[in-house]
Amino acid sequence: MTQIDEQQVRHIAHLSRLDLSDEEIAQYGRQLGEVLAYVEQLNEVDTEGVEPTAHAMPVSNVFREDVPAESLGVEKALQNAPDKATPYFKVPKVLDQQSA
Amino acid sequence: MSDLKIRPIIGLEVHVQLATRTKLFCPCELEFAAEPNSRTCPVCLGLPGALPVMNRQAFEYAVLGGLALGCDIAPLTKWDRKSYYYPDMPKNYQTSQYDLPVAFDGSFEILASDGTTKKIGIIRAHLEEDAGKNMHEGLDHTRVDLNRAGTPLLEIVTQPDIDNADDAYTFCVELQRLVRFLGISDADMQKGQMRFEPNVNVSITTPDGTEYRTPISEVKNLNSFRSVRGAIEYEIQRQVHAWEDDHGYTLANKGKQNYGWNDAREVTEFQRGKEESHDYRYFPEPDLVPAMLDDSAIESFRARVGELPLARERRYIECYGMTQKDCEIILADLPTAELYEAAANSGADPKTLTKQFVGVWNQLASTHNTTISRLGINSEVVADLAKLVDAGTISASAASQIAEHIYKTGIAQTAGVADIAAKLGLIQERDEGRLEAWIDEVFAANAQAIEDALQNPKKAKAAAGFLRGQLMKVSQGKADPKLAGDLIEKKLNALKDGAD
Repeated sequence: MTQIDEQQVRHIAHLSRLDLSDEEIAQYGRQLGEVLAYVEQLNEVDTEGVEPTAHAMPVSNVFREDVPAESLGVEKALQNAPDKATPYFKVPKVLDQQSA
Repeated sequence: MSDLKIRPIIGLEVHVQLATRTKLFCPCELEFAAEPNSRTCPVCLGLPGALPVMNRQAFEYAVLGGLALGCDIAPLTKWDRKSYYYPDMPKNYQTSQYDLPVAFDGSFEILASDGTTKKIGIIRAHLEEDAGKNMHEGLDHTRVDLNRAGTPLLEIVTQPDIDNADDAYTFCVELQRLVRFLGISDADMQKGQMRFEPNVNVSITTPDGTEYRTPISEVKNLNSFRSVRGAIEYEIQRQVHAWEDDHGYTLANKGKQNYGWNDAREVTEFQRGKEESHDYRYFPEPDLVPAMLDDSAIESFRARVGELPLARERRYIECYGMTQKDCEIILADLPTAELYEAAANSGADPKTLTKQFVGVWNQLASTHNTTISRLGINSEVVADLAKLVDAGTISASAASQIAEHIYKTGIAQTAGVADIAAKLGLIQERDEGRLEAWIDEVFAANAQAIEDALQNPKKAKAAAGFLRGQLMKVSQGKADPKLAGDLIEKKLNALKDGAD
């Protein structure tokens, strides 16, 4: 079975901006290992000579035309926001530079 | 440092906003400076269950851009999720392209600062979405505007083939000209439609032949040509000095580092080193299917690109006698260039055409706040107008009036340029009998000028000019000035001979 150690869980939790307790770290490490082991069964399939794909269906070239449609508008867009400063979403201050 | 051999190694990442009407994955309209968050929908807000659908126009623009950059186009291209957590991207991933970009392995020619032509390698060009905007200036919190989220961008990555800041500057300018020429981007710097991230490091060879490489700096998010040049020049100096202070300041030890550019102080500022670099965990975007292009589709895109602006400029200067300034106007976009060439091919004189493109047509366009290619004219009209001026049928200034008339009434209503000239009373009088009658009138009324022209060598030239002016006045501007001038001279000479 694939082992996910505590360090790996902490790393993944950090990347996902999750604040986990020590108990949760242990629990998720165990569960993630089980998930990976389950998926690893796929390694038994012989894929020699099979083109890799990212999709289950052989569909390609799905496009829409470049024609504008109505947007939601400010009121609806902000409706479910935890916090707002209309017309903006309001979030805790972030200082890190944009990363994309 | 004089006995050191310094060679800067510069690559560029450029984000170009594609000129679509709507976003990449949803039909929200792209509008600069719209009310914050007014151009959003479940897709670009990243709401659960929303599904993206690719904008065909954006994809085609990406293919055109890739071809113009000399790239191969992928027969199969797909999209991937680039994970990161930041409020400007509420999905917590950017939809981008990882291992199968739409275009790759290209090269793009620039006129280098040493006067030679240089080919800059293109590693890849891929289609991705922009993020929203965060604002925190003077606030105790951050405000997010997601109008920009989902805007289509073409990210272009060059090989590190550039070795000085001036050539990097030139590359960016030439790229702007290219995307505007193709019509795939407005590339308006003020609106952030072109953004640059130079990668800079320096190869330093000491007198004993040892080569050192300084750490690569990636300078983030520059939005002017000037800042590209400034940031690169600054980085080259900074890195050489840092290495001189500590020979351990090398790529092997430090890796890649991110810097920002302080435009006011004109310095770069350290942001983060390699150990803090992001782990983007790319994986295939399951919500978008791949795009496939066969050879014939790629070839039909290639035909739409044609000859590039730099090559055209060379040819126009050589074949049509244009100046670089003329080229700026005529090479503003592909339709304008093609309009010019079609008119030249149909027999209009290139010099007159150039004069009218730069004068008549460009002025008409700017008066009406548009571009030559959007005036709604065709090559026949353009060629005819030039031919009429060359034949002396109309004056150069009448050409502007006729152009204005054609623009206002529309090309469909335009029977023929000569007919319009006649209708507007702008045909120049070339009938010698009519011209001579006017000349007689002028001569009868201006005895003093004739005396000056005949007997006062100091005033002869001015007097002849005066008589020509009077003739234009008497004819209400209808006389063909060249022919009339010839006739006036002939008559003066006859008077002179008679007096001798």
